[in-house]
Amino acid sequence: MQALYAQLLVGLINGSFYALLSLGLAVIFGMLNIINFAHGALYMMGAFCAYFLLHLTGLGYWPALIIAPIVVGIFGMILERTMLQWLAGLDHLYGLLLTFGLALIIQGVFQNYFGSSGLPYSIPDELKGGINLGFMYLPIYRAWVVIFSLIVCLGTWYLIERTRLGAYLRAATENPTLVRAFGINVPRMITLTYGLGVGLAALAGVLSAPINQVRPLMGENIIIVVFAVVVIGGMGSIMGSIITGFALGVVEGLTKYFYPEASNTVVFVLMVLVLLVKPTGLTGRAA
Amino acid sequence: MKMKPKSIASLLLGTTLTFAVAGAAMADDKVVKIGALSDQSGLYADLGGPGSTLAAQMAVEDSGLKAKGWTIEVISGDHLNKPDVGVTVARQWLDVEKVDVIVDVPNSGVALAVSNLVKEKNSILLDSGAGTSDLTNAQCTPNTIHWTYDTYTLAHGTGSALTKSGGDSWFFLTADYAFGAALERDTTAAVQAAGGKVLGGVKAPISTSDFSSFLLQAQASKAKIIGLANAGADTTNAIKQAAEFGITGGGQKLAALLLFITDVNSLGLNTAQGLNFTETFYWDMNDASRAFAKRFQERMKNHNMPTMVHAGVYASLLHYFKALEALGGNPHDGAKVVAKMKDMPTDDPLFGKGSIEPNGRTVHPAYLFEVKKPSESKGPWDYYKLVATIPADEAFTPLDKSTCALLKK
Repeated sequence: MQALYAQLLVGLINGSFYALLSLGLAVIFGMLNIINFAHGALYMMGAFCAYFLLHLTGLGYWPALIIAPIVVGIFGMILERTMLQWLAGLDHLYGLLLTFGLALIIQGVFQNYFGSSGLPYSIPDELKGGINLGFMYLPIYRAWVVIFSLIVCLGTWYLIERTRLGAYLRAATENPTLVRAFGINVPRMITLTYGLGVGLAALAGVLSAPINQVRPLMGENIIIVVFAVVVIGGMGSIMGSIITGFALGVVEGLTKYFYPEASNTVVFVLMVLVLLVKPTGLTGRAA
Repeated sequence: MKMKPKSIASLLLGTTLTFAVAGAAMADDKVVKIGALSDQSGLYADLGGPGSTLAAQMAVEDSGLKAKGWTIEVISGDHLNKPDVGVTVARQWLDVEKVDVIVDVPNSGVALAVSNLVKEKNSILLDSGAGTSDLTNAQCTPNTIHWTYDTYTLAHGTGSALTKSGGDSWFFLTADYAFGAALERDTTAAVQAAGGKVLGGVKAPISTSDFSSFLLQAQASKAKIIGLANAGADTTNAIKQAAEFGITGGGQKLAALLLFITDVNSLGLNTAQGLNFTETFYWDMNDASRAFAKRFQERMKNHNMPTMVHAGVYASLLHYFKALEALGGNPHDGAKVVAKMKDMPTDDPLFGKGSIEPNGRTVHPAYLFEVKKPSESKGPWDYYKLVATIPADEAFTPLDKSTCALLKK
């Protein structure tokens, strides 16, 4: 029983990353209608950005938590301005192909210079050590990841669903022409939204840097799972992707305990089941 | 389907060219093509990958055969850690590209599949990167030589040493494919032979990024030693996360059964210090190894030091070239060249003197290393201190215990 609690908690930790990443994907898909396959590569860039900040400028984890998402977010906005914006209104397939190509290029460039085994990035001193919960030893850093990503996820949800800015955004996706008529610069809003989604990926990258090695391929494996999360949660649904992210982390954690060999596939089995029963995803509405 | 005139013409041209090339090969008979098959982009790319291609090129240059009229070409390919991809690339090389010898092939699953194909085509596999001891036991062939290390070496080096020094209960965290299974099996045998017992294990899929669930199970087992039967980025992630979950601080010890210098570099000495592991090559062993490593590092794009896998590719090819020179030509009969290689004692700057046994296993000494503390390291890549030397006759499966069918007359 004790082991079960531990696995549940560990699942929640992984779920935080799934939630942060799938949230970014959901924001981008919901507002831009782009299936952003470059998300994993941008997540990796966030981690590398933290590494560079530390080794080139001496700025540690805390500044990186703010600077890396901004830097990578700006990079994302440049991508949107120069390439993605021309795909608006075309079939999803074009955006998917373009972002998939971008992901391969970005990963290839990093791998060319840094190899595949990755670079070390240590946990900040303030968050070192752990607490003995009786049933498990909980590293403080992991607890921080869960709490911090929960705050960020809920903040993003609030921003989009409950504020005036969010209302503009949602209106702009429903009917861009009409929103423009009210004097709102829709293309700029879309660029900023893409930047926000990318920034969330980079933030997840910084959070993950002290746990995993900073590696060029770190985004490649996780992104497939995250896409499954988004599909299960319902494409474009903000709250759906947050809840599904955490929930699937827990499901995966339990699988690792009861039948470890299946831990890589359980998410996809679930995805198939959900698609069979409810093709729009758990929280998605019919288009 | 009706062929267009143009495609018929190109087909004819292709056929003619093939005959022309075959004719040229028959005329001077000193044309060799080497295929470096490795994981070029995944979790094993740093321990093998582009470095193995470079090591093969260096072996070609250092052999001096080109000056003696040989034409030697090195090509490389990516098997993506998938046996089916590896076999497809190898088949293309052997059938179409006329490759004479395939080198490296890390990932035991791929290596076993390619080894079978190479036997079928009577070509040669000089394996350096793969670990499974099955390559020279149950699945040995007259066309495969396994050079650098195998799971028996790792098991008997690290496994026995740790068990004898008090780590008498083990729990395995195993990569779920041929290599992990072989390493767990061989280490279990070594641990039990040394008087220890195995409490259990858990199998993790290859290329896992989060090991915390598995590590918690290992922690709950209360075993004194947690044996990591995995490799590359899987090992480094497991080690890093074990430190985070207080496993190493809580009295349990990690045994990284297979660790490469690129892994240590990636972990950093702070995390890696104190780890015990077995290798058959370290760049800072002697003048010859240092000279090789310096040349290698200068030409490597990411300026990594050579791993033992790279060293094995280099040394096995040097020996291969010696055999070719002794044969004088006709390098295309794989089994014949391998038989010649087995007849000649091995002697190269990186592994020293050794021999190749009838089952295809190269034997040379292995070394038990410990990762230095940050305070002991004098500079970049100064990572290992030698704990013990395992003599050649103890480092590999004894011939009377080998299950290779080639040994049964």
